[in-house]
Amino acid sequence: MTQLTNQTGGQTGGQAEGPLEEIAAGISRPLPQGITPEDLVDFYRRMITIRTIDERIWMMNRQGKVPIAASGQGHEAAQLGVLLAAEKDGNCFHFTYYRDLSIKMGAGLTPTQVMLSFMGKEGDPYSNARQFPLQGADLVHNVIQISNVVAAGLTQSVGYALGCKMQGDGRVTFSYFGDGASSQGETHEAMNFAGVHKLPVIFVCENNGYAISVPQRMQMAIGDVANRAEGYGFPGIIVDGMDLLASYEATREAIQHARREGPVLLEMKVERLMPHTTDDDDTRYRPREEIEAVRQLDPVVAFGNFMLEQGYFTEEQQEQIRGEARRAVNEATDVADAASPPDEALLHRHVYAT
Amino acid sequence: MAVKNVIEAVREAMREEMQRDERVFILGEDVGWRGGVFLATQGFIEEFGPDRVIDMPLAEASIMGIALGASFRGMRPIPEVEFADFLWPAVNQLIGEAARVCYGTDGNLNAPVTIRIPYGGGIRGGLFHSQNVEAYFFHTPGLKVVAPCTPFDAKGLLKSAIRDNNPVVFLEHKKTYRLVRGDVPEEEYLLPIGEAEVKRAGHNITVVSYGLMVHYCLEAAEQLAAEGIADVEVVDLRTLKPLDTGTVLESVKKTGRLLVVHEDNITGGVGSEIAALAADQAFDYLDAPVGRVCGPDVPTMPFAQTLEDAYMPSTQKIAEALRGLAAY
Repeated sequence: MTQLTNQTGGQTGGQAEGPLEEIAAGISRPLPQGITPEDLVDFYRRMITIRTIDERIWMMNRQGKVPIAASGQGHEAAQLGVLLAAEKDGNCFHFTYYRDLSIKMGAGLTPTQVMLSFMGKEGDPYSNARQFPLQGADLVHNVIQISNVVAAGLTQSVGYALGCKMQGDGRVTFSYFGDGASSQGETHEAMNFAGVHKLPVIFVCENNGYAISVPQRMQMAIGDVANRAEGYGFPGIIVDGMDLLASYEATREAIQHARREGPVLLEMKVERLMPHTTDDDDTRYRPREEIEAVRQLDPVVAFGNFMLEQGYFTEEQQEQIRGEARRAVNEATDVADAASPPDEALLHRHVYAT
Repeated sequence: MAVKNVIEAVREAMREEMQRDERVFILGEDVGWRGGVFLATQGFIEEFGPDRVIDMPLAEASIMGIALGASFRGMRPIPEVEFADFLWPAVNQLIGEAARVCYGTDGNLNAPVTIRIPYGGGIRGGLFHSQNVEAYFFHTPGLKVVAPCTPFDAKGLLKSAIRDNNPVVFLEHKKTYRLVRGDVPEEEYLLPIGEAEVKRAGHNITVVSYGLMVHYCLEAAEQLAAEGIADVEVVDLRTLKPLDTGTVLESVKKTGRLLVVHEDNITGGVGSEIAALAADQAFDYLDAPVGRVCGPDVPTMPFAQTLEDAYMPSTQKIAEALRGLAAY
C-alpha cells in the first residue's frame, strides 16, 4: 500500500497537503494519469449541471413542489472524482447513500429524470416515486440505494462484492456513507467481513463533520475515520474531497488495489454547504461564521477556477457551460412540473417479484 | 420412498438445489466444518467447498445484509440463523430492506434470498433458544413465510423457496427436526408456496395450525374420534404468507366450527388473522365462537420444565378446547 499512500498525497492518520493551496499559489498541476483536458471539461459540465439542479430543487421545495431534498452541495468534487475514476475503469458498481446526487446524476441521468424524481412524478427511474428522490435502483447506470437506514447499504454492498468475486467478473463495488453512518454497527460488520475475504470493495466515507446536527467530536473520539481501516486489515486513505483531481487519483489507485488485494477505505474530507435537508435549519446547531466560512470553500467554484487557471477553458466557455446547464434545468423543471404523478392503481404493483 | 426426518429433508433439499444451480450458496455461523448447529449442512463444505458454504463471523445483521447484496448480483443465497432468537440483529435487513426491495425499486430489483430459521419451543430452550418469531414476518408485505411440519413438506417447500424470486423466511421447528419422520420420494418434487393442506379430513370442527402444533392437533383429533365426540378436520397452513385463505374458508364453511392453534403468543399472532378471516368471510357458517389455543402473553416459554409445560399448547389442551367447541 505504500504506492497508494505516496501517490495520492493522502496518508493514514494525517491531513493531506491540499492541492487547492498549490492552485491558489499559481502552481501548474500536471494532469493525473489517464485524464485528458476533455475529461475535465466533461466533468465540469456535469458538476455545473448537478449544482444548478441542486439549487433549483431547493427552490422548488420552497415553492411546495419538492417535498424533501438532501442537498449534495459541497460533496460534488469528491463524488465526481470517484465517478471519473470508476468510469475510466469501466467495471464498477455503486451503493450510494442519500447525499450522493453527483454519483446518481453524474452516472447518466438526464435533468428531466432527476426533476421527475424530486417532484414525485411518474418516470422517476429509481422507484417510480415510491421512495424519496433518487432512491431505489438504477441498474442502467449501476447504482443501488435501497433505504435511508444508513449503513444498511454497507453490508449489502459487501454482499454484492462477494457475488462479484464468486462470479469472477472483476467488478469493483463502491460503498458510500457519511461520517454519521460510520457509527452504525453494520459499518463494522461490513468492513470486517470485507477484510476477512479481501473483497473488491471501496468504502467511501464522505466525512462532512456532521450527522445532521451532531458534530464529529460527539460521534467519535478520533479525528479520522480512515484510521479504523487498520483494524480491519486494509488501508485507509485520507483524501481532500473538495478537490476533484485528488479524489480521482486516490480512487484510481484504490480500484487497482481493490481488484488486486482487497478493500480500501477512502475518507473524503468534505464540507456540507447546506443544511442537512430542506427540513433542517443548521443555524440552530452550527455557528453562522462556520457556515459562512465553509461556503468560501465551495468545490464547484474551486474546480472552475482551477480550469481557468490551468487554461482548460476560457471564461467565455465557462459561461457557455453555465448557460447550457441553466437551460437544461429550466426545461427539465417545466417538463417535470407538467408531468403526472403515478396513477393510484399502481399502489399494489411489485409488492412481490414474479 | 424412503423414511427421513425433517433435518435430513432440509439437508437433501439444499444439496439438490446447490447441485442444480451454482448460484445457490450457504452462509451462516458454523455452517462449514461444523456442518451447522443442527447439522443441516453436514458434508456440504466437503462437497461444495468453502466458497459456497461460508462460515460467517458471529454477526447476524451482516449475514442477512451480505446475503441480500449477493442476491443483487444474481446469486441465490441461503443464509442460516442458528436460532430464531438470534435473528433480531438481522431484522432490519429482513423487514426494513429485503421486504422492500422489489416494491421500493418498482420492480427494478428483487431479492431471491431464503433465510432458514430454526424456531420454536418445547425443547427446554428457555427464553433465548425457544422463540416464535413468525408474527413479525407474517405482518410484513414483501416477505413470504413458510413453516412446514413434515419431512415431505419441508423438502418440497424449501426447494421452491430457493427457486422463488422473493425473500422467503423459512421456519423450521427445532422439535420436529429429529422427532418427525415420514416418507420422502426419491425422485425430485416441488411443493408450491402458498398452499395449505388438509392433513386430516373431518366434518365437525376445523383446526387450523402450522409447525409442531399440527402433530399435536392430529393427536387430539384422533382422541376425539376415539371418544366418539367429533370428526375433526386438521388444516396445516404450511405457508403463512401468502395465506391460503381458500382452504381455510372452505373447511370452516364445511364444519361450522373453528379452532386455531399455535405456540406463538396469542395476541397479534397468526391465529388472530385466521379468526378475523372467519369472522369476515364465513360468519354466516359459524355455529360457535372461534376458539384459540395459543401461547400465553409471556415473553417465551421459560427454562423450568413446569413453566415450559404451562406455556406450551399440548395435545391435552387442544383436545379440551375441541370438546368445548363440540359441545357448544
